[in-house]
Amino acid sequence: MPIVLKCHKGLGPTVTGTALVAEDNFSARYDLDRLKGIFSRPAHKLFRRSYVDRILVLQTAKGGVASAWMLREMAARGMAPKAIVFDRTNTILAQGAAFAELAMVDRFEAGDPITLIRTGDELRIEPDKGLVTILNRD
Amino acid sequence: MRLTEDEKAILAGEAGPARQWAIRHQMAVGEFFDAPELVPVGQAHVMADTESLGESGVAWLESLAALPERERRVRVPTITDPRGLDPASYKRLGQTDAMAAIEARAIAAFEALGVLMTNTCINYQTVLPPVRGEHLAMGDTGVVIYSNSVQGARSNFEGGPSALAAGLTGRTPRYGYHLDAHRAGTRHFEVKHRPRDLADWGALGGIVGKAANSYWEVPVVSGLDSWVEGPPNSDELKHFGAALASFGSVALFHMPGVTPEAPTLADAFGGQRRPASVPQAVPIGSSDFDAFYAGYAATGDKVDVVVFAAPQLSLIEMQRVAGLIDGRRVHAGTALVVATSPEIKFAADRMGLTARIEAAGGIVAAGVCFYQSYAREMAEANGWQRLLTNSAKLVNIIAGYGYKPTLASMEACIDSAVAGKVV
Repeated sequence: MPIVLKCHKGLGPTVTGTALVAEDNFSARYDLDRLKGIFSRPAHKLFRRSYVDRILVLQTAKGGVASAWMLREMAARGMAPKAIVFDRTNTILAQGAAFAELAMVDRFEAGDPITLIRTGDELRIEPDKGLVTILNRD
Repeated sequence: MRLTEDEKAILAGEAGPARQWAIRHQMAVGEFFDAPELVPVGQAHVMADTESLGESGVAWLESLAALPERERRVRVPTITDPRGLDPASYKRLGQTDAMAAIEARAIAAFEALGVLMTNTCINYQTVLPPVRGEHLAMGDTGVVIYSNSVQGARSNFEGGPSALAAGLTGRTPRYGYHLDAHRAGTRHFEVKHRPRDLADWGALGGIVGKAANSYWEVPVVSGLDSWVEGPPNSDELKHFGAALASFGSVALFHMPGVTPEAPTLADAFGGQRRPASVPQAVPIGSSDFDAFYAGYAATGDKVDVVVFAAPQLSLIEMQRVAGLIDGRRVHAGTALVVATSPEIKFAADRMGLTARIEAAGGIVAAGVCFYQSYAREMAEANGWQRLLTNSAKLVNIIAGYGYKPTLASMEACIDSAVAGKVV
């Protein structure tokens, strides 16, 4: 049986993809080279890693309001993550996900998702049901 | 979410597709955060520089701007955060005509929506200061934290699309910092070392922000009402709040004896509603400041660019920069960039401050805030890497754009700009 994690009802469509997990936070403005599709802030734990088409699993959203525009702009160029999973998001990333129609969930019943999900896990995110399924583990 | 009859009509499309998009967006966000309803707002403040918008964002704004006038005009005063470039100074900063062209398209679209192009992140000092209890939809984290904390207004961080949605409907979802339940202090810090200048106030914001580290934490910073120097002034709180919001994603703080919702320490933690809930304070002393600065230290390094921005400078800060650079000359291998709002720039022009800064070799840019202005492209065009600033917010942001930032006092920044190296 795959592992099913319950979370708060989220935003965006149901998606499946591969997890990229870090004990760190997320800001599209501060942390990313959005043209190359990589994390560009040297202090970030995913520095130089590509986020394109990954399901990012991070602690919280940080920094400026620009991310609200940037997620849609990244999606328009095919350079966006497939979904973002947070322990707890801030308002900007939630608004940005709503604007970009990007899948986003947070507030898990079982605790912090960075301790529950591993890099490389295959995930199914169902925001309307508030469910994240780890497909490759039981 | 509960909707009024007017809101139901907007949702049904009776007020046109722009307002229908806006209320749908607000309902999606509101339901994500369990908002029970929408709340009327007094102002909206839109962050929408073209670096963030990109071509797709500008085209989307233009699609709204093409609607009939009665369907596209905002319903409450709606103002803007700094732009992607300043038409008067962009060539000197190595920005391109293509950037100016997309910027002009965005401005034309906003003007068609009835948005006032204030292009400022210090609107709480210069446009229409928020008042206690006023519900707002403010973009720019520094604007939100100042409005909430220093002025007692009520706003969440509203990204550009959400702030524009609020302008179009005159409302925003009632969640987060619109609710009493979220406004009581959650963390306690006691300042043992009085900040000496704006860079120190920003450093304090950075120290508290790193420790708080969540949008949903409300730090209470005590110890600041007992100093003989008196409470911090607006520019000091501006740098403190901007750094706290930047490092910690924090939207509200209390300073007992200073900020309006915290006459006392107990009030800061909810007063009567939550008696006996004042937590043990985390002390912040001079060693914490030393460690914060040490993280960015680069004494002796060549300085490529010295930046005063983030937030834009008040008229008082402009006067201080002019006074420190009078009769001196910025080093040939270093650029000095000063960013302020269009209104302050007009005042600085009129009072001769701009001329004094530019006579020494500085560039005064209006309606921009450096990091929102194609910072990576400016670095590449000008060969900039080492950046010196008195803004803790800027040192936090700008490393992601390929810069090596150092934090120093305004005096040390000017001395370094003249010397061409970090002094």
